[in-house]
Amino acid sequence: MPIAPPATPALLDVSEVSKSFGSVAVLRSVSLQVTRGEVVTVIGPSGSGKTTLLRCVNFLESYDSGSIRIDGREVGFRETGTRQRRSERDLAKMRAETGMVFQSFNLFPHLTAAGNIMLGLRKVRGKSSTEARAIAEHWLGRVGLAHKADSLPAELSGGQQQRVGIARAVAMEPKILLLDEITSALDPELVGEVLEVVRSLAEDGMTMVMVTHEMAFARDASSRIIFMADGGVSAAGPPAEILGAEIENERLRSFLARFRASHF
Amino acid sequence: MLGQIAYALPFLAQGFAVTLWVSLLVVLLSLVAGVMMGVGLVYGPAPLRWAVRIFSDTIRGIPILVLIFFVYYGLPAVGLHLESFWAAVLALTLFKTAQVIEYLRGAVGSIPKGQSEAAMAIGLTFRQRLAYVIFPQAFRRFLPPWINGVTDAVKGSALVSLLGITDLMHAINQVIGRTYEAMPLYILGAVIYFAVNYALSLASRRLERRFSFIRE
Repeated sequence: MPIAPPATPALLDVSEVSKSFGSVAVLRSVSLQVTRGEVVTVIGPSGSGKTTLLRCVNFLESYDSGSIRIDGREVGFRETGTRQRRSERDLAKMRAETGMVFQSFNLFPHLTAAGNIMLGLRKVRGKSSTEARAIAEHWLGRVGLAHKADSLPAELSGGQQQRVGIARAVAMEPKILLLDEITSALDPELVGEVLEVVRSLAEDGMTMVMVTHEMAFARDASSRIIFMADGGVSAAGPPAEILGAEIENERLRSFLARFRASHF
Repeated sequence: MLGQIAYALPFLAQGFAVTLWVSLLVVLLSLVAGVMMGVGLVYGPAPLRWAVRIFSDTIRGIPILVLIFFVYYGLPAVGLHLESFWAAVLALTLFKTAQVIEYLRGAVGSIPKGQSEAAMAIGLTFRQRLAYVIFPQAFRRFLPPWINGVTDAVKGSALVSLLGITDLMHAINQVIGRTYEAMPLYILGAVIYFAVNYALSLASRRLERRFSFIRE
């Protein structure tokens, strides 16, 4: 049966992606489309493949089959001929189109907050030092850290570090921002300031895919929620439907029940 | 006695220059080769990793003296004739290279994987990741063992005297052969070697302090 093309072409098009680590299948034919400006949250029990999926999108992990396209271009493999990994230079270019924020921040400890943001702007985007500095200061201002531009990561709190991590990713003007459990390593009282930044980016229309355990935030901020289980998409829909009162999906129901039991 | 030693000083100075020259060559060549092979060991494809691993383990398992004799007396059997000077430099460089490989592996291996991933995520190429993210952080861990290795290289260069190269050690022995003043000359030699190595250690400590701001 022919499938009608979607009204808006997907910015991110994950199509039947599978991946195994040895004999363990972590992704089983996962498909997911994200349109421009959408905020998609991926939830699911640990080991369900959420993080792996995110890491495949910017090719920090390779995948065994299927395709991942951003703006129509295949991410990790050449589009002509047989399935062949892109060159190192090509991969770097593709990765620069996606931003990623990590659970463990991964700021460069030898560079200041501004230096962390400027590195990609200078070496990848080819900006001059002055331009890069101005952009870094702009984004540090956006995340409320204008006064910390010259601080080293070790001098910042976890929440501040993560906000620099977000600024570093968005300063590159990526087409899509990937957030991998960005508040999981934070003390509870620091979670809010980081989510506030994410919320303001969402309001600006930044396309985002995030993996999170912050259900309340997921309900408020996302346009769609994907529930993954055992390496596959088990349920998908608007927050009201996925986190609502009447859930038919047995696995989702038990996941949410267990989640609520442990968090409230 | 002092007069005789003073008379021999220019000769000793020439020997000292050879010692420094050998050390410098060995240190620089092994640094370049060791860093390249070390990067191959950490990031290379499996065959390259094995090749470097075998090279490093083999070389480090051989006494440096055996290595020197092997290169000078052994390699001509397979058609490679080297002047004693270059044979000595090659042997010492091989030895030092194997050590540099291990320093680099240790230093780079201590950098969390997330650093590479964050650098990849902003679109840096492999070389850029090494140059701007990995090496600046690994440098602080690489430096102390490497400087130690440099002082070893200076001391180890005395072995080249066994191939008849007139380095500081050989010069001292020759002067002793003429003057029979073993004690003062060996003390003089010890002081010179010590002065060089102590200066290196001081420089190392200063450099380490300069990079100590990097905390994880």
